[in-house]
Amino acid sequence: MNMLNIKINNKEIKVAKGTSILNAAKEVGINIPNLCYHPDQEVKANCRVCVVEVHGAKTLQASCATEVKEGMVIRTNTQKVRQARKVVIELLLANHDMDCTSCKKNNQCGLQEIAANIGVRESRFENVLEKQEIDTSSPAIERDPNKCIRCGRCIQMCTEVQGLAILDYVGRGGLVDIKPAFGMYLNNTACVACGQCSVVCPVAAITEKEDIEQVWEAINNPNKTVIVQTAPAVRVSLGEEFGMEPGKIVTGKLVASLRALGFDKIFDTDFTADLTIIEEGHELLKRLNEGGTLPMLTSCSPGWINFIEQYYPNLLPHLSSCKSPQQMFGALVKGYYAEKIGKSPEDIFSVSIMPCTAKKFEAKREEMSIDGKNFDVDVVLTTRELAKMLRQAGVDFNMIEEEKYDAPFGLSSGAGVIFGATGGVMEAALRTVYEVVTGKTLENLDFKAVRGLEGIKEAKIDLDGTIVKVAIVHSLSKAKKIMELIKEGKADYSFIEIMCCPGGCIGGGGQPFGGTDELRIKRINAIYEADKELPIRKSHENPAVNKLYKEFLIEPLGEKSHHLLHTKYVDRKK
Amino acid sequence: MLVKEALDKYGKTPDKLIGAMLAYQKSTLCNYLTEEDIKEFAKETKIPESRIYSIASFYSLLSMKERGKYIVMVCYDVPCYINGSVNVVNELEKILEIKMGQTTTDKLFTIEYSSCLGCCDKAPALQIGATLYGNLTPEKISSILSTYRGKKDE
Ligand code: SF4
Ligand code: SF4
Ligand code: SF4
Ligand code: FES
Ligand code: FES
Repeated sequence: MNMLNIKINNKEIKVAKGTSILNAAKEVGINIPNLCYHPDQEVKANCRVCVVEVHGAKTLQASCATEVKEGMVIRTNTQKVRQARKVVIELLLANHDMDCTSCKKNNQCGLQEIAANIGVRESRFENVLEKQEIDTSSPAIERDPNKCIRCGRCIQMCTEVQGLAILDYVGRGGLVDIKPAFGMYLNNTACVACGQCSVVCPVAAITEKEDIEQVWEAINNPNKTVIVQTAPAVRVSLGEEFGMEPGKIVTGKLVASLRALGFDKIFDTDFTADLTIIEEGHELLKRLNEGGTLPMLTSCSPGWINFIEQYYPNLLPHLSSCKSPQQMFGALVKGYYAEKIGKSPEDIFSVSIMPCTAKKFEAKREEMSIDGKNFDVDVVLTTRELAKMLRQAGVDFNMIEEEKYDAPFGLSSGAGVIFGATGGVMEAALRTVYEVVTGKTLENLDFKAVRGLEGIKEAKIDLDGTIVKVAIVHSLSKAKKIMELIKEGKADYSFIEIMCCPGGCIGGGGQPFGGTDELRIKRINAIYEADKELPIRKSHENPAVNKLYKEFLIEPLGEKSHHLLHTKYVDRKK
Repeated sequence: MLVKEALDKYGKTPDKLIGAMLAYQKSTLCNYLTEEDIKEFAKETKIPESRIYSIASFYSLLSMKERGKYIVMVCYDVPCYINGSVNVVNELEKILEIKMGQTTTDKLFTIEYSSCLGCCDKAPALQIGATLYGNLTPEKISSILSTYRGKKDE
């Protein structure tokens, strides 16, 4: 590698050619404040808060956009730099709804943090903000233009990673805004509610729709039995909200803290992930044997469902008819468990903790109600909202002792856990399908080819002579590529796993803010660790699932399953 | 002219887009792009709707608001400002009985601000279509407007 000699604040270092000043400074322990910069995105250089002094340059340089040169002498901390950064922040605040104390991002905001760190004490400029309406049209995410600093991170995420380009710059110069075409409400656009924009927004301009109060109300209502399910990906990310290392597995603390909040039963969505594998696996086998529509596409990611329904409705027959694990869970809780504990579905309030904003949308689909009166999942909270609830209640997450899930839906296999990472559903399905078809025991449970952050992954499995080819896709720009292949009849796969979010659910739109690949890899590694630690690692060996079939569901794809666990997806082309 | 015709003439690639949008806009009755037009451009070029809308909102030569047949663009950059572009605006508003940004009821004129027109030596200046008018005085303004009033449809 070509190394260059540079000097930062009188410290001489060698850094690789192509490194930006911003990243070079990190290597000597200097954090340069930045807002529009994002490690996985193209450099935008529009916020100017990252300026530094470069010897010989006439003006201050944006460190995110300036590559180091041999012999460069950089100062990150001069009076001139400090003044300039202050002015930049004060100018941003002059066009900002500066109400930090009642803001959703209070204490988690990039702008607020920089203002605090660089010591902004006055606003010398008159506030010129012209208040605009907050867009609350979507059941999943909220857009508050009054908080936007026009950094463009959300645009890049929605356009480059998701390939949708719902948001873009509108107008010019000081009057520029970030919005959908024609200033439409988000709900009227073809936004899939993935929430990826909210993960990268440094301020409170795009956030999840907060549903915390409804849950508090239910918990405080003595007539309600409040049941909560937790998605696989939450256990490897919630710790981040409380200062823990990314990738820390906090399953036991998660359960204990939910109990501390007052939930009556704490169950695991992993249980219905196992159930999904049984149902979906049998659906795949049926399609293979009876010449059904192939490739079959997974259906557990509601952002992806929104995508196919709105953009490729002609390909809906490829979609598995399985509900997502969240909705299977909701249906079981209200359609089976309620009766089992002698309650009527109305007495049950069902909450789910999800890494996902699109799940909020999914829960409100009208068909997701088994009695046609109450939703199967009453409220979906994101990982971030749960963290807020815990803070509101003063639960010390670092201190709290680990506890265990409740029976019977607290038991799950490693296969259920890995649903949280891209490739996980496929791996879980292969573990089960292989054994069901061949009757043999799988020796090596780890299908390494389907793991990792690569955009489109492929694998083959030998089912007693029949070679089944599968593919795994995450993020919608990649999903689009696969959809085009299917359309052209060029996708010779039998089964494709598609996840809306980069990295799978661990990178979901409701996960702790930041959303870098570095973070995603750490969470993914944790997911496979959690899988390894479990005594049962195959869905069809989960005794609680088998018991449910014996006592209630009778058989996969049977009448009860059809009613509770499967659904129909619809053409919603916009 | 149809959106498709404009694109066929100029090309469908992003670098040709603005030319096509301007040509199409010129051919419309009220000098602007409707929501349908923007959707049509997006469909034909496969460029996202939000991007086309963004472009239309960025350039002052493109408009998404109904406008008059003639757009009177008044330079508002510093040299013209110093030389009294405010008076030009006042005079235009008085004669046309509209405010800046508005269109006359007969749909003949719209007044808009413009950045530097490149003839600062003749400040204050305005432009209508492709014609520049400099060293403006109130008398000059009213005579300019009347030549357009008299014009038959080209
Ligand atoms: S977005 Fe950040 S700076 Fe703005 S009000 Fe909210 S917390 Fe404060
Ligand atoms: S939620 Fe997803 S689709 Fe909607 S604007 Fe944000 S990134 Fe784009
Ligand atoms: S909404 Fe957030 S991410 Fe998007 S431009 Fe505004 S501040 Fe940046
Ligand atoms: S972070 Fe460098 S200009 Fe925004
Ligand atoms: S400033 Fe008016 S023409 Fe240049």
